[in-house]
Amino acid sequence: MFAGGWLLVIILLSSLIPGLIIFSLEEDRHVFRSVLNMSGALLKIILVLIMDVGILFGQSYEVRLRLLVDIELVLHADPLSALFCTLSSVLWLLTTLYAIGYLENSPNRSHFFGFFSLCVSVTTGIALAGNLITFLLFYEMLTLTTYPLIIHRGTEQALKAGSHYLIYTFSGGSIFLFSVIWLQTLTGPIDFMAGGFSPALIQAYPTQMTILFLFLFIGVGVKAALIPLHGWLPAAMIAPAPVSALLHAVAVVKAGAFGIIRIVLDVYGIKNMQSLNLLPILGFAAAATILYGSVKALQQDDLKRRLAYSTVSQVSYIALGVSMADQSAALIGGLVHLVHQGIMKITLFFCAGNLAETLGIHKVSQMKGVAKRMPLTMLAFSVGAFGMIGVPPTAGFISKWYLGIGSLESQAWWVLAVLVISSFLNALYFLPIIIKSWFQERDQPYPDEKQFDTFETHWMLLIPPLVTACIILIIGLVANSEFSPLSWVRFIVEDYLLQ
Amino acid sequence: MAPILIPLGGGLLSFIFYRKGFSISLLASIVGISLRTDGPSLLMLLMTGVTSITITLYAAGYFSFRIASPSKPGRHERQLQFFWPLWMILLGSLNGLFLAGDIFNIYVTLELIGLSAVALSALSAKPSSQIAAFRYLLVSLLGSLSYLLGIAFLYKTYALLDLDMLRLVPPMKGAHTAFALMSVGLMLKTALFPMHFWLPPAHANALAPVSAILSALVVKASFYLLFRFWFDIFNDLVTPGALFVIGLLGTGAVFWGSIQALRQHRMKLLIAYSTVAQLGYLFIAFPLTQIQEKLYWLPVICMAMGHGFAKTAMFMASGAIFLHVKHDRINELTGVRAYLPVTVFAYTIAGVNLMGLPPSGGFIAKWMLIYAAFEMHKWWWGIVIMLGSLLAAAYVYRVVSKLYVMPPDTIIIEKKAHSMLLEWPPLFLAILSLILGILAPYMVSILLLSKKLVSIGGIM
Repeated sequence: MFAGGWLLVIILLSSLIPGLIIFSLEEDRHVFRSVLNMSGALLKIILVLIMDVGILFGQSYEVRLRLLVDIELVLHADPLSALFCTLSSVLWLLTTLYAIGYLENSPNRSHFFGFFSLCVSVTTGIALAGNLITFLLFYEMLTLTTYPLIIHRGTEQALKAGSHYLIYTFSGGSIFLFSVIWLQTLTGPIDFMAGGFSPALIQAYPTQMTILFLFLFIGVGVKAALIPLHGWLPAAMIAPAPVSALLHAVAVVKAGAFGIIRIVLDVYGIKNMQSLNLLPILGFAAAATILYGSVKALQQDDLKRRLAYSTVSQVSYIALGVSMADQSAALIGGLVHLVHQGIMKITLFFCAGNLAETLGIHKVSQMKGVAKRMPLTMLAFSVGAFGMIGVPPTAGFISKWYLGIGSLESQAWWVLAVLVISSFLNALYFLPIIIKSWFQERDQPYPDEKQFDTFETHWMLLIPPLVTACIILIIGLVANSEFSPLSWVRFIVEDYLLQ
Repeated sequence: MAPILIPLGGGLLSFIFYRKGFSISLLASIVGISLRTDGPSLLMLLMTGVTSITITLYAAGYFSFRIASPSKPGRHERQLQFFWPLWMILLGSLNGLFLAGDIFNIYVTLELIGLSAVALSALSAKPSSQIAAFRYLLVSLLGSLSYLLGIAFLYKTYALLDLDMLRLVPPMKGAHTAFALMSVGLMLKTALFPMHFWLPPAHANALAPVSAILSALVVKASFYLLFRFWFDIFNDLVTPGALFVIGLLGTGAVFWGSIQALRQHRMKLLIAYSTVAQLGYLFIAFPLTQIQEKLYWLPVICMAMGHGFAKTAMFMASGAIFLHVKHDRINELTGVRAYLPVTVFAYTIAGVNLMGLPPSGGFIAKWMLIYAAFEMHKWWWGIVIMLGSLLAAAYVYRVVSKLYVMPPDTIIIEKKAHSMLLEWPPLFLAILSLILGILAPYMVSILLLSKKLVSIGGIM
C-alpha cells in the first residue's frame, strides 16, 4: 500500500496530466485522446479505491506545503473526502465515456476534454483539501476550469450564461476569501478537524464568529445554489449535456454542498454551531431552497431547466441534513444524499442529453410516447425520477428515510413537513414526464431524429445512464451491506458524533 | 546573441552579488558610485533579470516578424536599430538603480531610465505615440527635478547622500521638505492616481515589447525607491495621516483604473489602465505595512513581481495577437484561439494573477495585505482590495470571454515563422506569475538571509 501522502498527489495528477496532454493534441487525434481520457479516469478510480481501503484500515494520508508562516497547502484524506473523491471519480469515468459519444464530430474537442480533465482534478483537490486555504485554492480554480466548458458552444446565450456564472461565483469567492482571512486572524492557521476550533474562541468573539459563519456560508452557498444565490444554475443548463452532468452531479454544486459540510463539521464543529445557535439558520435556508426549487421546477417546460431547478432543491437536502447534525440519523441522511443525489441527477441529465441528441427533444411537452422510441433511456430516466421522489427501493428513499428519522428524533416537525411537501412536489413534476413518455401516444413527428443501427442511440450515450440507473437501484437495495455509501457514511458520522 | 547574453548577465549578477562584494570608487569625494544590495533589491534584480531575458527573446521574434511582413519598407529595421541600444541602456540603469547605495546615484539611474524609456516609447512612430511620448518626457523630467530638489534639501540638511547613513540620522528641519519633494517626484513617475494621466497613452501606443518593459519594470523601479524611502530610510518622518492619504490615493487608483479599463475598446489600452489599477494595490500596502514585522517587504514584492510577470505576458500576448490580426479591438477578437492557442492561454493565466486567485503572486500579496488589515483593525482596506479584485476579474473577463469564443465561421490565419518566440515567452512568464505563490518560501529566504548581505560603498 502507498505510504504517506504521495498517493494523494498522484490522484490529483492522474487527471491533470492527461488534461494537459490533451490540450496539446491535434484536433483529429480522437482515438489517442479517448484512450488517454479513459485510462486516466480508470487509473484515478483504482487509486481512489486504494486510498479508500487504506483509510478503512486506518492509514493516514497527508501532504503539506508551507508557503508562508500562516499559509500552508494541505492535502489530507479522511473518510469524508474519500466519499466525495470516490463519487466524483466514478461519475467522471461515466461522464467521460458519455462526453466522447456526445461530442463525436463536434469542433474543439481538445479544448473541451482538456478543461474537462482539469475540472475533475480540481474537484478531487476540493475533496482532499485539508484546510480552508487549500479548499479555497481549488474552489476558485473550479470556477476557472468550468467557465470554458459552460461557454463551449460559443453562442450569445452561452456567453450570457457564462458571465452570469462568473459574476455569481467570483462574488461568492471574494466573500469567501475575505472571510477565510478574517477567520484566520482570529483563530490562527487551522486544519479541517472533526469538532472544529476550540469553544474558547466562540466565547471570545461570539458576534464575529456568527457573522463569519454567515459570510463563509454565502461563499460556498453560491456554488451550492442556495436561494437567492442560485440564479446561475438554471442559466448554465445551456451548456452541453455532459457539462450539465458535471456541474450538477460531479463538480460545482457538489463542491458547494461539500463546502457547507466541511465548514459546519470541520471548521466550526457541531458543538460550536449549537452554542452559536447557527444550525437553525442553515436549516431554514435549506428548507426555503428545497421548497422554492421544487415550485420553480414545476413551472418549467424545458426539460433541462426543470432538472436544474430540481437540483437547486435536491442539493439542499444535504444542507438540511447537516443542519440537524446533532442527530446521527439526520447527518447520515444529509451526507449520503451527497452521493445519492449525484448519481440520480447524472442519470437524469444523461437521459435528457440522449433525448436532445437523438430526437431533438428539449421540452417536456414534446415527450409524448417517447418511451416507445427510446425504452432504455426512459427506463433509466424513470429510475432516476423515482429516486428523486424517494420511492423505495431506490437510493433516494434511503436519504429521505434517514432525514425523516432525524427530524423525528430532533422533534423538528417543520422539517418533516418540508420533506413531505417536497416529495409531493417532486412527484408532481416528475410523474407527468413518466406518464407522458410511457403511456401516451405520439401525436407529432420528432423534431430532429437520428437513426442508429443496433441500439436506440449511440452506445456510448446509452451505457452511462443505464449503469448509473443500476447503481441507484443497487445502492438502494443493498444499503445495509458493508460496501454501500450508507455504511461508509455511518463510518464517517461515528467520527463526528464521538467529539 | 549579444542582446540575449547581456540581460542574462544582469540576472546572474544578482547572484554574484549574493556571494561577493563589489565596489567601484570613482572619486574619493561626495559624488562616487557605491553599489550595495540586500534582500528586496536582490528580488527586484531577479525580477528584472527574468523579465528582461524573456522580453529580449520576445523582442527578437517580434522584430523578425515585423521585418518579414513590413507595413512600410525599412521602418522596422530602423526601429530595431534603436531598440537594442536603448533597451540595454534602460536595463543597465534599472540594475544600477536597484544596486545604488546613495541617493545621488539613484538620481542618475532614474534620469537614465526615464530618458531611455521615453525614447523607447516613441519608437512606434505613430503620431499618437509621439504625443504620448512627449507627455511622458515632460512628466518624467518633472518627477526627476522634484527628486533632485529633494536631494538638494537633504544634502543641505545632513551633508549626507549615503542611504545607510541617512537611515541613522535623526529627523531635522528641512528633512520633511526634502522627503516630500522626493516622494512627489517618485509618485509622479510611478503614476499614482491622480498623477497617472500620462501612463495609459504612453504604454498603450508603444511597441509591444516596449509596453511590456514600461509596465513591468520602469514603474516598479520608482515604486521600489518610494517604498524604500518611506519604510527603510525615512520611516521616522512618516506619519499615519500621510500613510492614510497614500492608501486613499491607491484606492482611487484601483477603482479609477479598473473602471477605465472596463470602458476601453482596445486591448492595449485596457491592459494599460489595468496597470494603473494594479499599482494602486502597491500604495494600499502603505498604511498596512508594519515595519516591526520582519517580512514587511514581502507583500509589495510579491505584488510587484506577480504584476511584472503577468503584465509583461499580457502585453506580449496582445502584441502577438496584434501582429496576426492587425488590430486590437476587443469586440472583434473572437476566434483568435483557433490559431494562437498558446497566446490566449498565456493571457488567461496572467489574468488569474491580476484577479488575485491562488496560487499566484497576487494572491499571496492580497492575502497578506488583507490579513494585516484585520490585524491592524483597518478592515476597510481589505474590502477595497476585494472589490478591486472583482473589478479586475471583470476586465480580464471582457477580453478572455471574446478570446475563448469560436464562432463557426472563424477564419484560420496561417501562422508565420518566428511565431514560437512570440507565443512561448508570454506563457512562461504567465505561468511564473501563477506559481509565484508556491515559490514564496524562496522569496522569504532571500529576504531574510541576505538582509544587509553586501554593503560596500566607495564614498566617504
